[in-house]
Amino acid sequence: MKKNQDSAKIFTRRSFVIGALQVSCLAVLGGRLAWLQVSQGARYKTLSDKNRINIKMLAPSRGQIVDRFGVPLAVNNQNFRVLIIPEQADDIPKSLRALQNFIEIEEEQIQKVLKQVSKTPKFVPVEIKDDLSWEDVARIEVNLPDLPGLSIGVGEIRAYPYGISTAHIVGYVSAVSKTEVHQDPVLTLPGFKIGKTGVEKRFDLDMRGKSGNAEVEVNVIGREVRELKRDASMTGKRVALTIDGELQRFSQNRLGQEKSASAVIMDAHTGAVYSLASSPSFDPNIFTKGLSAAMWEELLADPGHPLTNKAIAGQYPPGSTFKMVTAMAALEAGLITSHQTSFCPGHYEYGTDRFHCWKRGGHGTVNLIDALTQSCDVYFYEISTKVGIDKIAAMARKLGLGEKLDFDLKEERPGLIPDKGWKMGRFGEVWRPGETIVASIGQGYIQTTPLQLAVMTARLINGGYAVKPWMTGYVGDQLKVDPKWPKMDFNKWHLDLITKGMNRVVNHEKGTAHGSKIEESHMQMGGKTGTAQVRRITMKQRAEGVLNADLPWKSRHHALFVGYAPIHKPRYVCSVVVEHGGGGSSSAAPLARELLVEAQKRDPAATPLQVEKRA
Amino acid sequence: MAGAITIQSEKSFLRKVRQLNWGLMILICLVACIGFAALYSAAGGNFSPWASKQLIRFCVGAVIMIAIALTDIRFWYRLSWPCYIAGLVLLIAVEIMGHIGMGAQRWIDLGFMQLQPSEVMKIAVVMVLARYFHSATLEDMRSIRFLIVPCLIILTPVALVLLQPDLGTSLMIVMAGGAMFFIAGASLWIFGIAFAAAAASVPVTWHFLHDYQKQRVLTFLDPESDPLGSGYHITQSKIALGSGGMEGKGFLQGTQSHLNFLPEKQTDFIFTLWAEEWGLFGGLVLLGLFGLIFLYGLWIASRSRHHYGRYLALGLSVNFSLYVFINIAMVMGLIPVVGAPLPLVSYGGTAMLAVLVGFGLIMSCNVYRDSKVTRV
Repeated sequence: MKKNQDSAKIFTRRSFVIGALQVSCLAVLGGRLAWLQVSQGARYKTLSDKNRINIKMLAPSRGQIVDRFGVPLAVNNQNFRVLIIPEQADDIPKSLRALQNFIEIEEEQIQKVLKQVSKTPKFVPVEIKDDLSWEDVARIEVNLPDLPGLSIGVGEIRAYPYGISTAHIVGYVSAVSKTEVHQDPVLTLPGFKIGKTGVEKRFDLDMRGKSGNAEVEVNVIGREVRELKRDASMTGKRVALTIDGELQRFSQNRLGQEKSASAVIMDAHTGAVYSLASSPSFDPNIFTKGLSAAMWEELLADPGHPLTNKAIAGQYPPGSTFKMVTAMAALEAGLITSHQTSFCPGHYEYGTDRFHCWKRGGHGTVNLIDALTQSCDVYFYEISTKVGIDKIAAMARKLGLGEKLDFDLKEERPGLIPDKGWKMGRFGEVWRPGETIVASIGQGYIQTTPLQLAVMTARLINGGYAVKPWMTGYVGDQLKVDPKWPKMDFNKWHLDLITKGMNRVVNHEKGTAHGSKIEESHMQMGGKTGTAQVRRITMKQRAEGVLNADLPWKSRHHALFVGYAPIHKPRYVCSVVVEHGGGGSSSAAPLARELLVEAQKRDPAATPLQVEKRA
Repeated sequence: MAGAITIQSEKSFLRKVRQLNWGLMILICLVACIGFAALYSAAGGNFSPWASKQLIRFCVGAVIMIAIALTDIRFWYRLSWPCYIAGLVLLIAVEIMGHIGMGAQRWIDLGFMQLQPSEVMKIAVVMVLARYFHSATLEDMRSIRFLIVPCLIILTPVALVLLQPDLGTSLMIVMAGGAMFFIAGASLWIFGIAFAAAAASVPVTWHFLHDYQKQRVLTFLDPESDPLGSGYHITQSKIALGSGGMEGKGFLQGTQSHLNFLPEKQTDFIFTLWAEEWGLFGGLVLLGLFGLIFLYGLWIASRSRHHYGRYLALGLSVNFSLYVFINIAMVMGLIPVVGAPLPLVSYGGTAMLAVLVGFGLIMSCNVYRDSKVTRV
């Protein structure tokens, strides 16, 4: 009996121990729970939110590009796509087949979609076809009940209403390349596009806008359950150009009649560019959708270089359009007067070399005005030997040649104005006087762009103001250029002489561009023709009287013309280069005439730039 | 000394019903209700597929529990060995079935439910040990020779369960058995030797562990080392618990569980779901209810006039508490993931039934606490 009691005592004691152990185990669990939920609560709360909340970037709308009248040159169009959400389709291939009854889809694309569907989670929509027409969208929408799993999505696609006409100015956007991705997180958004050329590239950051954020709750496999918060994205800034879209289209169409040409129409006083055309061109709308390799190859192989903006990147010898520079250099140096004459027998002897005038038989006795009017080479040969290359080069630079002009497009090229120092540095040789003679009529080493020639013309006829060309008016509400240009220290009398000469080139019966005279008296233009040799004409060819037109296209002369209008109150300047176009008077001047008439008719200068109005 | 069990006092049926532990039953129902609420939430606010089924199982289990409680304790006393033998046969049967190509299984499909022999064994070991120790004297308990048989009683099923392999259940059987040795009065030095032997066997055991078990242990030691791999469960469970905070995220508002970051939310990790939604408050309430149930078991054990009842009630109560500790410690990252459900709360038929059968036996100990149980 005692033993039994002992046993009971032990049982009681030990069951207390067990109970105590159980309670302390529970206490440990309770303590752990309190530690996790209270001391570590904040930390785990963050981790839990990190689990469930995904920050989704919202793509901003790209800012528009408009012309000076507010007419859009680059816009964002709605792009309709048809998508399939696999989890909503009972039979995916069946849905796709059914879709084929309503829109055209290639078999290859169907296979691609099926492959994609098998790779991604079932709730991720897969694009079947984009860029649908309104008719396609309507047809699909009406038949959606018979197309389980399909839906229509809306995106934005950049579109260029003026197409090829503004391709070189506006440029284009396309997919972000791998090397560019690290710059900005928004670039990682699927389908995001950035500017690759032209204004699209230059003001890419301004137009890109600010991406927004949406906080979405996601489950463990990443499906969005609901949206928690949204910071809307901000549309990029609008870029308003000084370009007149319709004038640009006119210019582009006119240039299109030539094999390869470019032209600039600019304001003589402000430097605002109204039209900057280069032909042949390309359709930027194809680039935004992704260009095929074959099309790209084709564009690269085209001898007219459609991808190059020749108005700013084409470098040509200016030919006789350079004669104003030589004349101004001589006048400003005080080496010639307006009365002083030279005799042109058709050639000019310098040492043992003979330099020909373009006119066989010569111009006879000519003064400065005559020499400009008739573009007498000998007159300029003669004065250039007195002035020397360095003074000519200095004048050329003063007039805007040989250097970049800080234009808005990065594709701008500097051209080349040679002088003694340049030659020594470049070739390690001394400058030969004969090279000055060649340079005096804009041949030899000299290279200029159509834009520079327009600037040169503007500076000569606007009273000697050092205008620079610009094309971007407003970016958002900020005016990019204040067109107040410094007056250069030219003698007004000298500028008037040059202007008078340019007036006569067109309006005097002996002028080289008389054939392009504008009859309407209030629109009359002045200017200067130029014909730039691409290669030397050999003595043999000269003797045989080979005509330029007989040469293969690539060997023919470039035809140039610089002009301004109206002559009584100059406003518009224009430069035209027709590659291998033959003579300045025969192909460039008539073209410039049409452009200047159109410019004066439209008179874009009369309309001020308009600032963007934001809602 | 073979003899019959003599009945000291016959009780009327009504008296027996009154002797049922209604307090314990209320506690069990409260815990089960927490389970229903958690399962309702786990299904995103739906009774199907879990809460409704669980409710039916609980009702069936409760009826069985009461039936067992009202059955004379001497019947269970006599059934101890047959239960144990049946459990062993079942364990061997699943083992053989595994070998003859039905795949590694831990259960036998009975059609209406899946019977896990290891669950049967957890109860049967306690029954047999209670019976064995029932007539033991203190001197017996001090003699090594006397204790060889109970050691074998424990180790035979443990070895079979380890083969399955189910480390968690093996440990539970060992611990519950050890607890019974302890309360029956085994000398403390025996436990010293057992601990030393267990410690020495750790490297050997490690060697026999399956890769996934080793991985679980390693992951437990440093769960953040592989947050998307095997540490994922524990990391996500801790995040869920921690983010619940003091007040919890609210009923049906648990983001971790509803967005499926929490794995096995309706079974092993149901405590996490509960504490994420109801916070520290809810967690402590559930722990408190469990604590009261443990103490209730101890109280019943202490009231029994016979050893069999004492040992049986206490052994089963310890068994139940081990379930609770292992599961909750696991979801809090205190011990490795062993894959043990939370009794009465986790979704699952066998565990629910096993636990309720256990409570039925405990209550039978109370109803028949004054019975004279003599050795057969």
